[in-house]
Amino acid sequence: MDSIQVQQKANEMRKDILRMIGRAGSGHPGGSLSCIDICAALYFGGVMTFDPQNPKLESRDYFFLSKGHAAPALYTTLAHAGFFPPEELMSLRQLGTRLQGHPDSNLLDCVEVSTGSLGQGLSIAAGSACGLRLNKQENRVFVLLGDGECEEGQVWEAANFAAHQGLGNLVAIVDANGLQIDGPCAEVCDAGEIGEKFAAFGWEVSRVDGHDIPALIELFTKLKAADGEKPHAVIASTIKGKGVSFMEGQAGWHGKAPNAEQLAQALEELSGNEVCDG
Amino acid sequence: MVNLASKEHAATRKATREALGVTLAKLAAEGQPIVAVDADLAGSTTMQRFADAADDNKDKLFNCGIAEQNMIGVAAGLSLTGHIAFTGSFAVFGTGRVYDQIRNTLAYSKLNVKITPTHAGISVGADGGSHQMLEDLSLMRGIPHMKVVIPADYEAACGALRAAAKTPGPVYIRLGRAAVPCLYEEATELEIGHSYVLAEGSDATVIACGVEVNEALMAREILLEEGISIEVIDAFSLKPFDEETLLTSAAKTGCVVAAEEHSVRGGLCSTVAEVLARRHPIPCEFVAMQDAFGKSASYEELLVFFKLDAPSIVEAVKKALARKRI
Repeated sequence: MDSIQVQQKANEMRKDILRMIGRAGSGHPGGSLSCIDICAALYFGGVMTFDPQNPKLESRDYFFLSKGHAAPALYTTLAHAGFFPPEELMSLRQLGTRLQGHPDSNLLDCVEVSTGSLGQGLSIAAGSACGLRLNKQENRVFVLLGDGECEEGQVWEAANFAAHQGLGNLVAIVDANGLQIDGPCAEVCDAGEIGEKFAAFGWEVSRVDGHDIPALIELFTKLKAADGEKPHAVIASTIKGKGVSFMEGQAGWHGKAPNAEQLAQALEELSGNEVCDG
Repeated sequence: MVNLASKEHAATRKATREALGVTLAKLAAEGQPIVAVDADLAGSTTMQRFADAADDNKDKLFNCGIAEQNMIGVAAGLSLTGHIAFTGSFAVFGTGRVYDQIRNTLAYSKLNVKITPTHAGISVGADGGSHQMLEDLSLMRGIPHMKVVIPADYEAACGALRAAAKTPGPVYIRLGRAAVPCLYEEATELEIGHSYVLAEGSDATVIACGVEVNEALMAREILLEEGISIEVIDAFSLKPFDEETLLTSAAKTGCVVAAEEHSVRGGLCSTVAEVLARRHPIPCEFVAMQDAFGKSASYEELLVFFKLDAPSIVEAVKKALARKRI
């Protein structure tokens, strides 16, 4: 897929996220919309190795959604990647669904591990990076965290460990949308510039516009091929609720479903973004 | 029937933690994909012995430093790449401090990680209440998908570690610091899901776990001199719990004493009470820590102070017998 097509894919997935959450009547649109371009770049920009027919492909790259509440973003990405039928997306949060409110790896082979309790994904990713190195496998490990999530102390235990272990096969992406449930991260409990913290622990740090798909693809492709022993942190500046005017930059849309009217308006706005692909 | 230790072997005293490093090394030597993850206690837990046992093992011990939460996450990640990960630290940190990591990452995802911290219970001794973990069984037993095993001696600990390695999914094995007599013969194979009758008797059933099994066997000798015969069961597997072995014995004796070096709330005593209440309500007494933290002293002093020693079991048996006769 070229980057225009990836952008179109991301736009389609934004609509899915809103439809899913609208149908469920609950869920987390803000942080799903802020990270969907990152997911699109990883899965559709030719970055990650995966096989929808064989979710446990030995040579696959690992992806961990540490910010598990962005499950709708993960589900729509996996569905569009062919791991399960997109129709199933509308079962989100319903009794009997495989699409739990937060990802459950027992129900979906294409989800590497269950997440939802914040702050744990980086440790898991670091452990897998160690395991792959021990196995002499070249696979890469990508993990997506929220910036609010970086208030969890375990993230920094893992940051220390990954640098000490020299995990050059690990890429941690921070979806830095600047907002958490109770308001702006800078007001709730200001952690300062997160990239500087990773750098202080010995990571190689890149900064990128988390909605600039060509830039994301270029950076991720470079990091996937990188040699060296430093783990990589990508601080992706994003907008919470990106793509829906009334959700953008609003902490109130962290964990709230749109009503029918809001959903219709959001879908209309996103339809206006569609690029004519001839 | 399991093989009990010979007199000579029984004279050997070893802590259950001693089994950890050497058993992991043996399993690795047999070709199992063993890795160990510790948090600055690899010497105390004996995990370092696993790393030192062979050149191939050196890079299979991951020391996370004093960062237990990360230790559990790293073990989770290792298990996702085909390894059987064993975690270390002391039980108070290796279960309590990381309860959420164990619940939400290991158990919810059914990961193949074995939680094997050491220094559980008051047998830590002089370090005091902050380090004496007395709620671990309660915490671990309450988690779905989790299996809980309590070795009574060194041989049972070796058996538990071997059994856990071949059992997919999370297993908690409670290991201690105190040297205790060997009750089982060398290389005894024990199974998760089983209790073992170590001594037969007819007047009362004493079901114990961990270091209390030896106390129960000593209580049996004391009671025999008074003409009272007790059956002693080692509750090796707390979860899944072997209800039938308990019920068979309880049906024969008519009263039960449960004994554990753990809070009376949520561990073996609770498990026994739950089973008896539901399936065979008879008099039942408990020898366990009450609603209290531990304190500094020697292990032997603490056993007496907290009424976990053999005479306390004797007393509990007599109470149960009196209730049976009413």
